Amino acid sequence: MLFETILTYPATPEIFLLGMTCIVLLADLFIKQQEKKITYWLSQFALVGTAVLVLLLYNVPSTLLFNGSFIWDKTAALMQFAIVAINFFILIYAREYIRERKIPQGEYYLLSLFSVLGMLVLVSAYSLLTLYLGLELLSLPLYAMVALQRDSTECAEAAMKYFVTGALASGMLLYGLSMFYGATQSLNITEIAQVTSNLSSGQELMLIFGLVFIIAGVVFKLGAAPFHMWVPDVYQGAPTSVTLFVGTAPKIAALAMVVRLLIEGTPALVHQWQEVLILIAVLSIALGNVVAIVQSNLKRMLSYSAIAHVGYMSLGLLAATPDGYASALFYMLAYALMSLGAFGMLVLLSKSGAEVDKIGDLRGLNTRNPWLAFMLLLVMFSMAGIPPMVGFFAKLGVLEALIGAHMVWLATFALVFAIIGAYYYLNVVKVMYFEEPEIQYPIVNRPIINVAISVNCLMVLWLGMFPSGLIDLCRAAFAM
Amino acid sequence: MISLSAYLILSAIVFGLGLAGIVINRKNVIILLMCVELLLLAVNTNFVAFSHYFHDIAGQVFVFFILTVAAAEAAIGLAILIVLFRGRKTIDVDKLNTLKG
Amino acid sequence: MNQLQTIIYAIVLFPLLGSTIVGLWNKKISCRGAHWVTTIGVAISFVLSLYLCYQIVFAGVPTYNFNAYIWGGSGSYQFNIGFLLDNLSTTMLVVVNFVSLLVHIYSIGYMREDDGYQRFFSYISLFTFAMLMLVSANNFLQLYFGWEGVGLVSYLLIGFWFKKETANFGSLKAFIVNRVGDFGFILGIAAVFNYVGNVDYVSVFNIAPSLATQTMTVFPHTHWSVLTVICILLFIGAMGKSAQMPLHVWLPESMEGPTPISALIHAATMVTAGVYMVARMSPLYEFSEVALSVVLIVGATGALFTGILAIVQNDIKRVVAYSTLSQLGYMVAALGVSAYAAGIFHLFTHAFFKALLFLAAGSVIIAMHHEQDMRKMGNLRKYMPVTYVCFLIGALALAAIPPFAGFYSKDAIIEAIHHALIPGASYAYYCVLLGTFVTAFYIFRAFFLVFHTEERMDEHTRAGLRESTWVVWLPLVLLAIPSAIAGIFLVGTILYSPTGGLLGTSIFILPQNNVLASLAIDYHGPLLLALDSVFSLPCWLAVGGIFVAWLLYIKFPRAPAYFVEKFSLIYKVLLAKYGFDDFNQVVFARGSLKLAKVFFEVGDVKILDHDLVDGSGRFIAWCSANLRKLQSGYLYHYAFAMIIGVLVLLAWLLW
Repeated sequence: MLFETILTYPATPEIFLLGMTCIVLLADLFIKQQEKKITYWLSQFALVGTAVLVLLLYNVPSTLLFNGSFIWDKTAALMQFAIVAINFFILIYAREYIRERKIPQGEYYLLSLFSVLGMLVLVSAYSLLTLYLGLELLSLPLYAMVALQRDSTECAEAAMKYFVTGALASGMLLYGLSMFYGATQSLNITEIAQVTSNLSSGQELMLIFGLVFIIAGVVFKLGAAPFHMWVPDVYQGAPTSVTLFVGTAPKIAALAMVVRLLIEGTPALVHQWQEVLILIAVLSIALGNVVAIVQSNLKRMLSYSAIAHVGYMSLGLLAATPDGYASALFYMLAYALMSLGAFGMLVLLSKSGAEVDKIGDLRGLNTRNPWLAFMLLLVMFSMAGIPPMVGFFAKLGVLEALIGAHMVWLATFALVFAIIGAYYYLNVVKVMYFEEPEIQYPIVNRPIINVAISVNCLMVLWLGMFPSGLIDLCRAAFAM
Repeated sequence: MISLSAYLILSAIVFGLGLAGIVINRKNVIILLMCVELLLLAVNTNFVAFSHYFHDIAGQVFVFFILTVAAAEAAIGLAILIVLFRGRKTIDVDKLNTLKG
Repeated sequence: MNQLQTIIYAIVLFPLLGSTIVGLWNKKISCRGAHWVTTIGVAISFVLSLYLCYQIVFAGVPTYNFNAYIWGGSGSYQFNIGFLLDNLSTTMLVVVNFVSLLVHIYSIGYMREDDGYQRFFSYISLFTFAMLMLVSANNFLQLYFGWEGVGLVSYLLIGFWFKKETANFGSLKAFIVNRVGDFGFILGIAAVFNYVGNVDYVSVFNIAPSLATQTMTVFPHTHWSVLTVICILLFIGAMGKSAQMPLHVWLPESMEGPTPISALIHAATMVTAGVYMVARMSPLYEFSEVALSVVLIVGATGALFTGILAIVQNDIKRVVAYSTLSQLGYMVAALGVSAYAAGIFHLFTHAFFKALLFLAAGSVIIAMHHEQDMRKMGNLRKYMPVTYVCFLIGALALAAIPPFAGFYSKDAIIEAIHHALIPGASYAYYCVLLGTFVTAFYIFRAFFLVFHTEERMDEHTRAGLRESTWVVWLPLVLLAIPSAIAGIFLVGTILYSPTGGLLGTSIFILPQNNVLASLAIDYHGPLLLALDSVFSLPCWLAVGGIFVAWLLYIKFPRAPAYFVEKFSLIYKVLLAKYGFDDFNQVVFARGSLKLAKVFFEVGDVKILDHDLVDGSGRFIAWCSANLRKLQSGYLYHYAFAMIIGVLVLLAWLLW
């Protein structure tokens, strides 16, 4: 009986993860271990257990907990599973990298677990308070992780920039939240949604005022223009294993914030935030794609590409239809997967002190390790939106949603910039396949890692060829 | 009794000062941290004012959480600052520009 | 799947199978293997098509129309692969397979010792497949598939000896001229799709009468009947494929390919695709008198004037090629007066006797060691008796001497045109009438020059002269038989049967257009028809043609040279083929080259490449280099950007 209750209690994954994280913390502190093996395996166990719990809970109907400040629904389930699964892969990829670079391993695992916990809370948050707490629990460990490689001044600089801009953004978000509170007298998103549907004009002004600040905070987390400035510096400055972390799962959590605050919280203001998102999407797509072209640093190039991808994702949001939201969610999941593959590959290729972070470092990868080159090719093609990769269907989905919402000009614009964007992805492929390597020795990885990266990249292909399952899940998340 | 708008204007001014401080300050990173605190305090003022005005305790609860998180945030900020100083021997905002472009 | 489905699948797929096997493994498969695989494939297909034809035409199995599978779709539209098995298509299947089978057998001898032996057999089997798909289609798109398929193989086979420059030229010419026709054809199909929303024959035919009353604007301020436009566009396709004036220029050139190809593709089957198509579309053409009139005039003009060209040719294959043009003109003219059955009947008989003539010519050419100039032949009957007799039968059939096969079909066409009331019929009548004289004259000129008169070949060739092997002459004999007697047996059933006969309900004719029905009243059996014709004008003209040929080339061999001198201007015009080739060469070929050059140098290199393509690249790179400066690396700039962002958004919303 008790067991059953636990298994059907929607907050179980978070509670389990919290408990496990504490255990990992203690174990890391008090058990003497070689190379943090126990910490690693316990962390992975925590993630797998959480994922299993989320899966078991999938069919539990939508419920509100804790006086309506915590929600369990299909959106939360899908996003939580994706976040946890992605982090499972991240730990596999990162392990060797951080060990070789003397980055404190226990801290890395722990901080990432805490951050994942923050993401889970954020995804399920249904009041402004839980949302804020989730966001901070997600962000604070990230700041620390960026600075984790203590001997690198670049890391520290990136961390500082991230921290200050992040604090500024969360200040803005809070200011917006306080405005929402002032306008609606409530912190609860259900109530906010009710109140906003019939407002006096004075309240509306306040609400719009708050909305802009909130969007600023949310968009900062997503990393879209004009709140993107931290993205390139942090992606480049952070250790690649941390970039891998920053560039994947938190984006999904940030999308959850958009879903909760804008789509579910203020459907009455849809025209306002739609307009703002148009501006943001246009700026992000243009800036991301254009500036990525001149980058010679691979991580920096991928960061600009991330900005562009977030722009594409928000196209789905601003279509403001259930299909559009579903396509945005699909895009975000697909992007997280591709990004995991790309940064994961960089982590794997950076061997014994030789960082692979310049595009030139990939020269002749095909001769050094044809399989990994092919995997990276899949990811690059997917990012460029070439069928039959998942990236193609992601783009197709948001464009379809846009056209469905009669914003053809925006779709055309997005398409033109997608073509420009294809340039720098294909450039990577060109470098891998058609240029001579500077270093000749082949790249060898542990089999488990090879399997992980292959599964990751082949998923990109698989979901591209058979996208309907994931599309259906995304649609179910926004079934109204 | 002081009107709600007076509180709001005050907090807006404090918030603006915080923003201005972040933009104008070119030297000391610690001042940035202080400005961030200012932002949060402005928000706190808002929440408390609203809470009082609405007779709703939730806003004040929120303030406690913000204060707690702000403390954690400051701790992390200072930690990063120390790492930065150890590497660079300086905490000038002006010098933090190796990552760019 | 019922029996008919299985059979039609087998019929179309066996040649494809043979072609694929030989084509993919042409290095691994021996010459014997290559010809066995393909020949057996086509033989099976032939036997099955005979059975199918028997079932549909004689055993009374009703017309069978089915869709095999969905080929593709777009939106709510579906395109099917499907088959329509009725009298017309099954009889065509038999003819195609029969000629194809014989050509396979014949090629075993003709192509021996050729380097591309396997490739050749793969091609002709592929051709058979495409042609079968064409005739058995039940929708326009599949028709178009077959249409392009045969066009492709035709191109490949004309250029089969790709090291020969003339062959390459010929194949390109055939391809390009056919593109012109195909462009009309695809426009026609597009028009059908646009107005009917469907490309299945049945639904299109059902809606045809209503299309006749709709109008569309082709050029500003003109109103055209939709049906007329569709019919004429489709006919432009037929003009390309069936080599009607002025798109006939590729056919003589196509003789650069191996002779079996000339027989199979460029005489018996592919070039008749246009005729078949128009007959198939009779439910459309019947409702457009304008289109029929165009068909009639184009056909009749071609029948006479291309026939005249054959007189001045010295290459034996070219004589036969021009003869093909002329005979296609007859068929098309027959379609124009709604005598579809006569056109198809002529298609059948022509398939037999023209394939016969080509293969016989091929037999001569092998014996002459690939010498094709008739001025270097003569008196070959001494060396090649079988070829001689077969060629004679073919020539008699072509010249429409009763009771050979060609007589019945051609006579019906002439009579039908004579009785027709459609505009242009009287002009057409004189054309086809004169045509009979011309036909008889040129073919017997060739006959006399090759098989009679004195021997003009060199010693070396003469020493090698002998009758060809059995694989070569067997098809000749097999073709000679139907060329001689097919008319007698088929004329009644195809043309004058009260129940619709061999073609049955496949063809639709409006009652007021039905000239054949009025001819049928006078019909009392094939032999009486032949006897009657002794007193008819066409027959006398044909005999006259033979007589004049005898006079000029046997009795007074120096007369031709005299006439050439006397009428040198006409002779030159004829040698220049009325100037079509030169016109095309100068205006279209060189003109488009010049135009292309201008577009290339100005449009492509300068505007597109330099300004637009490279230019946009340069522009983006420039933007990129400048925009990256925004990312200055200074924290306060970042914060400033965020604050400005918020302010801009606020202004954006609150304004």
